[in-house]
Amino acid sequence: MKNIMNVVGCTCAAVLLMACAQTHPPLGEELVVVLPGHDGTIGGVVVRRNNSEQVLDKAFAGSRIGSQGTQEAMSLSAEAVNKIFSDTVAALPGRPATFLLYFLEGKDELTTASNAELANVLDEIKRRPAPDLLVTGHADNVGSDVVNDKLSLARAERMRELLTMRGINVDRIQVAGRGKRELLIVTREGVAEERNRRVEINVR
Amino acid sequence: MWKNWALAVCAGWFAITAVANEVGHIKVAKGTATIQRGAEKIAAAPGMKVFAADVLTTGASSAVGVTFLDNSLISTGPNSVFAIDQYTFDSTTHVGKFDGNLRKGTLAAVSGKMVKQLPESMRIRTPSSIMGVRGTEFVVKVDEAPVGP
Repeated sequence: MKNIMNVVGCTCAAVLLMACAQTHPPLGEELVVVLPGHDGTIGGVVVRRNNSEQVLDKAFAGSRIGSQGTQEAMSLSAEAVNKIFSDTVAALPGRPATFLLYFLEGKDELTTASNAELANVLDEIKRRPAPDLLVTGHADNVGSDVVNDKLSLARAERMRELLTMRGINVDRIQVAGRGKRELLIVTREGVAEERNRRVEINVR
Repeated sequence: MWKNWALAVCAGWFAITAVANEVGHIKVAKGTATIQRGAEKIAAAPGMKVFAADVLTTGASSAVGVTFLDNSLISTGPNSVFAIDQYTFDSTTHVGKFDGNLRKGTLAAVSGKMVKQLPESMRIRTPSSIMGVRGTEFVVKVDEAPVGP
């Protein structure tokens, strides 16, 4: 009796599974794996599918989706990741290089140290096959947002000028003014801090 | 009569330039890597601009790598199709939205400034899922659907 019930039960399950598979066209298998970041940080990826949600927030944590729709949390070894993705990862562009430069107080010219750093920026540009730049000016926490947005953008534009004077194509330079949105050294409002009055150059 | 014609030309020029802002640049191109832009098929080469709605396609033994305006990075391996469904980025506020779609193949991605500003403002879609990026490096593989009864 028990055996017959088992057989009937299994048959029913199989029929149901097949019926379910019929209603959704089979998709190819999918795999997503979180890798350790270059700076060690891992924000993670949230994989959402139909009604399920999987948070992958550890290095080499992964989620595989089978063609039948099953979702399986797993982790892959570095070797396994390499085997599947080495060509793909090798094609990632070089990480953008970041430089911080400073102007002389109230002037249009760079500090001595920053002039030296500008030479490093130019070297980095030469190292890249198809370089383009993002130049972002910043302000400290003195003055209004309106004033600081204008001032920080002006710093970025002056930096662009200095770069074009050194032969960099103006079309390859994007400028932005972040105002006091990203204080390097967090201070109370009204506190002057020259380390905040900087220009960040990303060479990518 | 000619005034209307001139106005139409000017309007057309403004329309083109309004959508003509690039969202990134090709930095790596190996083998056969193509940008599909509307009806145009362009061979990808380092230095080329990339626009929203572009579809990047690679053949066998090929790969392509792109850097976006917010410093996020994308690369695809061989036999891949990746669509840039949407991309906006404000370089002042760092607010942005990046919707990418890996239809098949392999992808590697590194998030940038918009995700630092707001996690999950970058999302990668696959045939089965939508992935919100909280800030990290990750890889994705999408196999083609099995053919047959």
